[in-house]
Amino acid sequence: MTKALVIARLTFREGLRKKLVLGVVLLSVVFAALYVWGFHLFVQDWRAMEARRAASGATTVLPYEVFASAMVLLGLWTVNFLAGIMTIFASVGTIASEIEQGTLHAIVPKPIRRWEIVLGKWLGYATMLVVYIGIMVAAVVVTARIVGGYAPPNVLQAYALIVLVALMLLSLTILGSTLFSTVANGVIVFMLYGMAITGGLVEQIGTALDNDVLVRIGVLSSLFVPSDSMWRLASYLVQPRIAVNFLGPTPFGTTVPPSSLAVYYSIGYAVVMLVLAMVRFQRRDL
Amino acid sequence: MTARGEPASATTWAIETRGLRKIYGDRVALEDLTLTVGYGEVFGFLGPNGAGKTTAVKMLVGLIRPTAGTGWVLGRPLGDAHARRQIGYLPELFRFHDWLTGEELLDLHAQLYGLSRAERRRRIPEVLELVGLTDAAHRRIRTYSKGMQQRIGIAQALLGSPRLVILDEPTSALDPLGRREVRDVIRRLRAEGVTVFLNSHLLSEVEAVCDRVAFVNRGRVIAIGPLDELLRGELVVEFRLGALPDGTLAALERIVRVEDVRPGERPTLTVRAPDEATIARAVDLLVGAGVPVYGVVPERRSLEDLFVRLVEDGERPPA
Repeated sequence: MTKALVIARLTFREGLRKKLVLGVVLLSVVFAALYVWGFHLFVQDWRAMEARRAASGATTVLPYEVFASAMVLLGLWTVNFLAGIMTIFASVGTIASEIEQGTLHAIVPKPIRRWEIVLGKWLGYATMLVVYIGIMVAAVVVTARIVGGYAPPNVLQAYALIVLVALMLLSLTILGSTLFSTVANGVIVFMLYGMAITGGLVEQIGTALDNDVLVRIGVLSSLFVPSDSMWRLASYLVQPRIAVNFLGPTPFGTTVPPSSLAVYYSIGYAVVMLVLAMVRFQRRDL
Repeated sequence: MTARGEPASATTWAIETRGLRKIYGDRVALEDLTLTVGYGEVFGFLGPNGAGKTTAVKMLVGLIRPTAGTGWVLGRPLGDAHARRQIGYLPELFRFHDWLTGEELLDLHAQLYGLSRAERRRRIPEVLELVGLTDAAHRRIRTYSKGMQQRIGIAQALLGSPRLVILDEPTSALDPLGRREVRDVIRRLRAEGVTVFLNSHLLSEVEAVCDRVAFVNRGRVIAIGPLDELLRGELVVEFRLGALPDGTLAALERIVRVEDVRPGERPTLTVRAPDEATIARAVDLLVGAGVPVYGVVPERRSLEDLFVRLVEDGERPPA
């Protein structure tokens, strides 16, 4: 087990060095700066509108928090999306490319069990993602608080759920890298991730149109890759009820939160994918 | 897949394999590997490219599983984690995490061997010194030359003070000086009683350091034994003579095998003999027949000739 931690530390350090990861970090910094600026403009705009309304004697239709909440939701959706990209970029070649390059050939014959190598890699990337998502969620929430004077509810639960999304994708990507070459794995995982996002959208459209077939397609896709359903739950929790009711089914949220069963399913999914990766790597000739 | 037990065989040999076989799809990578390596031996594993050497080595260290057959390394079944604690392995085509410094890389591998902090602090400078990389310890491996990378590779194999060191083509990237350094390291290991399994296609390398060798070709061992035994019957001598009377050559051929005759006023014969006594008898015969013997020049018979002959004949050398 301590050997797994050795691998985890190495993986964490290595992850930070990856160009693709650095790219996502850079993108995140740009996003955070734009987000602060955007939120600032939004607040100004809101105040100007309020002033006009007050001048014309009209009453406010909706409270400020509905709009501020929408801003937070957009911010967190972007964080969730970037975290997904970051996960896949960081771990897509973790086993496959190291077999191709031969770095594993000096590691595997050491007195370390193969599952410890897989677990260590998972832990290393998981740590990186927990830190990354933590910083990004904090950036969004702190911006809302300081620039917008708004504090969304259930921030910690939403954070945990976005982390869960990333961990599911991480397990899936690592499993893929024990099965396929780096490039093939990248293509496959991105397709699945895209499918999950699209499936989530289809489900929301189905809900809006009251169309059962579309909803079922969405549910099926979230059984296959439950990343989007966990995001929906996060989005539901992080908005005040009034905002959920007002916005209705949106591309970024939902009016029907997934059940706690879905959460267990997602946790189980992350664990099972990781265990499958360990089993597969155990049997693989290098 | 690997039978457990059989402690009798397990304790006698550092490496013992029986009928190890590896098949990928319909391609046979290793036909039948059966060999034993004693404790403290420096064992040479020779064969042309594609003979299955690296496949065999990878099985010994648990990187790949045999399709059939069994094997024990340090008394444990192939791939056993406890045995791997005592094995140092230098892979053939390896790349290390080249963004680490030499010292960081060794620290990583020492941790994988389970060395404590104190042990690491003692052992890492030792192996760096051993491979002559003390001055480069704090440089990134990316900046190392090929030879230096090979040496840091050997260093990581020695970290755990192993009882068995398996080197897969350790000198192929090295210049003559580097080769000599590797040879010295191997000799030092032998002096410490460490078993060394040296996989190489460089015969001079094997000849210089190995006690016993195995030749593999097309996935099987075609000859195995102590070097001098394998080389017996490989004594080749050039006779530089005066005029040869009729019949002398026929008489000579009853004692030694005449492989080549370059006629002339002073003919030169190349003969093969099992040992030096036979050569002496051949000289006696020539002198007795009144043939002037101007020179008896032993040709350096090396593994290379044996190797080429074995591979070409595909047959066992005379016992």
